Parts: sequence; structure tokens; C-alpha cells
Amino acid sequence: MRARGLFSRTMLVLGLVFLYVPILSMIVFSFNNSRLVTVWDAAHSPTLKWYAALVNNQQILSAAWLSIRIALISASVAVVLGTLAGMALARFGAFRGRTLLAGMTPAPIVMPEVVTGLSLLLLFVTLGQLIGWPRGMGAVTIALAHITFCMAYVTVVVQSRLVGFDESLEEAAMDLGARPVRVFLRITLPLILPAIASGWLLAFTLSWDDLVITQFVAGPGSSTLPMVIFSKVRFGVTPDVNALATIMVLIVATGIALSTVWMRYRERRRERDLQLAAAANWR
Amino acid sequence: MRWRPSGRQLIAGIPILWLLVLFLIPFLIVFRISFAEVRLAIPPYTPLISWQHGVPSLELHGAAYAFLFTDPLYVSSYLYSLKVAAFSTLCCLLIGYPMAYAIARSGAAARAVLLMLIVLPFWTSFLLRVYAWIGLLKNNGVINNVLLYLGVIHHPLALLQTDFAVYVGIVYSYLPFMILPLYANLEKHDVTLLEAAADLGARPWRAFLAITLPQSFPGIIAGSLLVFIPAVGEYVIPTLLGRTDQIMIGRVLSDEFFENRDWPVASAVAILILLLLVIPIMLFQRLEQRELEAAR
Repeated sequence: MRARGLFSRTMLVLGLVFLYVPILSMIVFSFNNSRLVTVWDAAHSPTLKWYAALVNNQQILSAAWLSIRIALISASVAVVLGTLAGMALARFGAFRGRTLLAGMTPAPIVMPEVVTGLSLLLLFVTLGQLIGWPRGMGAVTIALAHITFCMAYVTVVVQSRLVGFDESLEEAAMDLGARPVRVFLRITLPLILPAIASGWLLAFTLSWDDLVITQFVAGPGSSTLPMVIFSKVRFGVTPDVNALATIMVLIVATGIALSTVWMRYRERRRERDLQLAAAANWR
Repeated sequence: MRWRPSGRQLIAGIPILWLLVLFLIPFLIVFRISFAEVRLAIPPYTPLISWQHGVPSLELHGAAYAFLFTDPLYVSSYLYSLKVAAFSTLCCLLIGYPMAYAIARSGAAARAVLLMLIVLPFWTSFLLRVYAWIGLLKNNGVINNVLLYLGVIHHPLALLQTDFAVYVGIVYSYLPFMILPLYANLEKHDVTLLEAAADLGARPWRAFLAITLPQSFPGIIAGSLLVFIPAVGEYVIPTLLGRTDQIMIGRVLSDEFFENRDWPVASAVAILILLLLVIPIMLFQRLEQRELEAAR
């Protein structure tokens, strides 16, 4: 027993080192003075000059701004569509089109990105010829593509959350005469709100991060941040990308830390409420 | 009487309509263009129906496919993609299984932290994490510098632009996808079975092979599919880290489309990738659906 515990634990530690060493090395070298990126220039480091270069890089800034706008729109629309699909799959039982929906929903998750990208581009080109819209590739086509694959993730998250809950609460509300819209707003929505929130965050991250599909459906003048980074790093390492990576890791780490603290707090408050309720009952 | 959709029809109908237009129809278009011939026009392929002396005739060409099957470059990149994906999946399994096992067997508090550590890299940019390996693997990169400093090697190793670099990149990027389904499976195991086996005198490895491993089979399959399927069509990792003399099938598709402007061949490559993946994808969907039904 002891020996196997030791083996798997050693693997776990080594695996975590493997996962974090590249990220740490980017952070360390973002403060390096040398242009050679991986040769530490001890005399002049640490320095913030790559961060300064980043802040003054108009191309990166405008690409980041475009990426943020696309991610905000894509995540928000994907959450609405994904919640509808998740509701239908988890609550409607058998209905016409269920097999179609259940079959299509997870497909964008597992489809290779080059295939999805190509097919969406060909769709937009065909539509452009048939009905004259979209006129060309750009932010709109990127957002449409992102919504489509983000929606799949939201559906899976919402569906698994809904399946975990039994329907008796909703049924009780209906028995008491609440109309469906009211049942949804007062019972279902609060129950699946955590799933919707994490689905939105997941969708935002995926949209913000996507390169391959975006490259297919982007047009001239609509370069997202991953596209700019890719064209920069394709022909070698550039130190300001290290600085950018450090900032992004910092934002994600802060976000995760905050959400963990908030969830802890909620859990504790819930426990306290339960204890109070139990005490009141006992009295 | 006018037909008015009920609330339920609207709820299910909107996402179905969206996926029909932006997911299913695009594939039909790809399928159709894969049977066209390339020509110098806008769009750069022959129409499905051509009119000759007022008579419509269906134009279906197999030229794109014939080209792919006879050109050794495409055949080799197809096989190479399969090899890379299969070997990376195996590596992910060998590394990820013990990790998932260790997480599933640790205390509740440690488990939450460990899971977060596994998922955290996934939230940071995929592209930047792949990029980080360029700095580690290149000739004057971190790994070579450390090895030179330690005296293990005397000349830098050529690590970048090799198969090794692609394996490292894929395993690194997709390891969380292997660990999470495995963990979800291993965590549900009944520890009393192992205790019973130990009481009956089974050695730990024997108990593991007879009890834990067979039970974790669904997790192994789910994790392997989640790594294998995207790895076959992987574009970014081989482009940044991989060899220049042997490209993967995802890169072939992109090059055919953007560099050669050959839409029919690019579409045919997409169809062939799908043919390769249709069984794994269906298997994955079946597993996913069963998991959701089981939670009911």
C-alpha cells in the first residue's frame, strides 16, 4: 500500500512541476533585460522595460481591445443559447428534434478546430454570394463562430447542473399555479445560476483564447490578440510576449483566488444558516 | 389558424436552428465543395450544377480525393498525425493516471487545491503556454543552458523542431483533459473492495490490476478520446514546436486553403479528418450521454 501511494504521489508532484515550470519561466524572463529572452542578464535585471514596451504597443493594445469586445459578446450570446439548449435537453423529455440537438450540441467541442474554421468560413462565403450578407470577414463573423463553439460548452455545463437537480421544486411551483416563466425566474434560474456563471467565464476564456477558428473567419483589419501573438512568436521568441503572458496569468490567478474566497464565504454562511435553523427547530 | 410556437418549441427551436445554420449546413457545404474542381474564379471552384445548352448537369468530381490519395506527401502527413496523436495520448495516460489516482486518494481539502492546480493552466492562454516551450527547448534555451551548466552535455541538444517537442507540447496542453475524467472516475471507487482484497492477502499491485484498473476503464476511454481527437487535427503546437520537413494534417488543410487557394482539396482534407475521427467522436458522445443519464 505504502509503495504505491509513494509512486503516484511522486508522479503528481513531478506532473505539477511539468505544468508550472513553463509558466514560471515566462514570468521570470519577462523581467529579463536581455533581448535573447532565455539568457539571464544579471547586471541589468530585473527590469520592467518589456512591460513599458507592451503598454506602448498600439497593435497589441487594439488587438486586445477587439478580443475583449468579441469575447464579451460571444460569451453573453452563447450563455443564452446554451442555457436554452441545456434546459431543453435536461427537462423536456422526448421531443421532436431532441436527437438532432443532443447529437449536435457536443460536436463543436470535439471537432478539430481546423475543420470547424474551414466549414464556417465556407458558410460565410456561400451566404455572402447567396444573400449578400456577410459582406466580408471581420468582427461579426468571428463573433458568430465563437458563439457557436462556446455555446456547446455552456450547454454541457448547464445540462449537467440541471440533471443533478430533481424536478420536484419546479413541479411543486407549477402545482401551486405558478406560470412557466415565473417558475423559471424564481426556481430554475437561481438553481442553475452558478452553472450559468461558470459557463459564461468558460465561454469568455475560450473566445478570448481562440486562434485557429478565428484565423479562418477573420478579415483584413480584424486581428485578435491571439492572431497578433501568433504572428509575432511564429518566427521566434519576443520578450514583450513574456510580459503579456505574466499579466494574463496574474489576472487569471487573481480571479480564481477571489472566486474561491467568495465560494468559501458563501459555504460558511450557508452552514451557519443551517445551524441556526436547526437550533430554532430544536427549541 | 396560424401556427404559433409554444414556449417549449421556442426554447428548443432557437438553439436547434442556430446549430443547423452554423454547424450542420457548413459541413454539407464542405462536403459539396470537396467534390468540386478548382478553377480561377470567384468562388474558386466549379458550381454543383452547370447548364449546357439549357440542360442542367450535375458536376461531381473526385479529383481532390484522387489527388490526396496519390500524393505521398498527404498520405504521410495523415499517418504522421495518427502516430503523433496516438503516442501523445499514451504519454498523457501514463503520466495522468498516477496523478489522478493520487488526487482521488488525498484528503478533501488537499483534493480541492490539487484540482485547482490542474485546472488553473487551462484558464491561461493555450497559445502562450505553447510559446513558453520555445523558450525552454531552443538551442540556447533554459533546458540546454541548465544541462550545459550541470555538465550533463557539452553541446546543446536540438530539442526544438523535433517530434519530441511536439509530444511535449501536446502532452503539456492536454494533460488536464486526461486527468479530469480519470479523477471523476477514480474518486467514485469503493475503497472497501481494495481493503477486502488486502485482507484476503492480495498484494497492492495485484489488487490494483484486478479491481481499480478495470473499474476505471470508462475514465481511461473518456480521457484518451479527449486527448486523441483534438491532437489529430492539432495546428498550433506542430507549427510552433514541430519539424519543418513533416507537417501534420491540420497544417495541410490550412496551407491548402490559405497558401494554395485550393478550396476543393482543403475541403477533401477536412472530410478525411472527419472520417478518421467519426468513430472516436461518436464513442465520446455516447459516453458523455451515458454519464448524464447516470446522474439522473
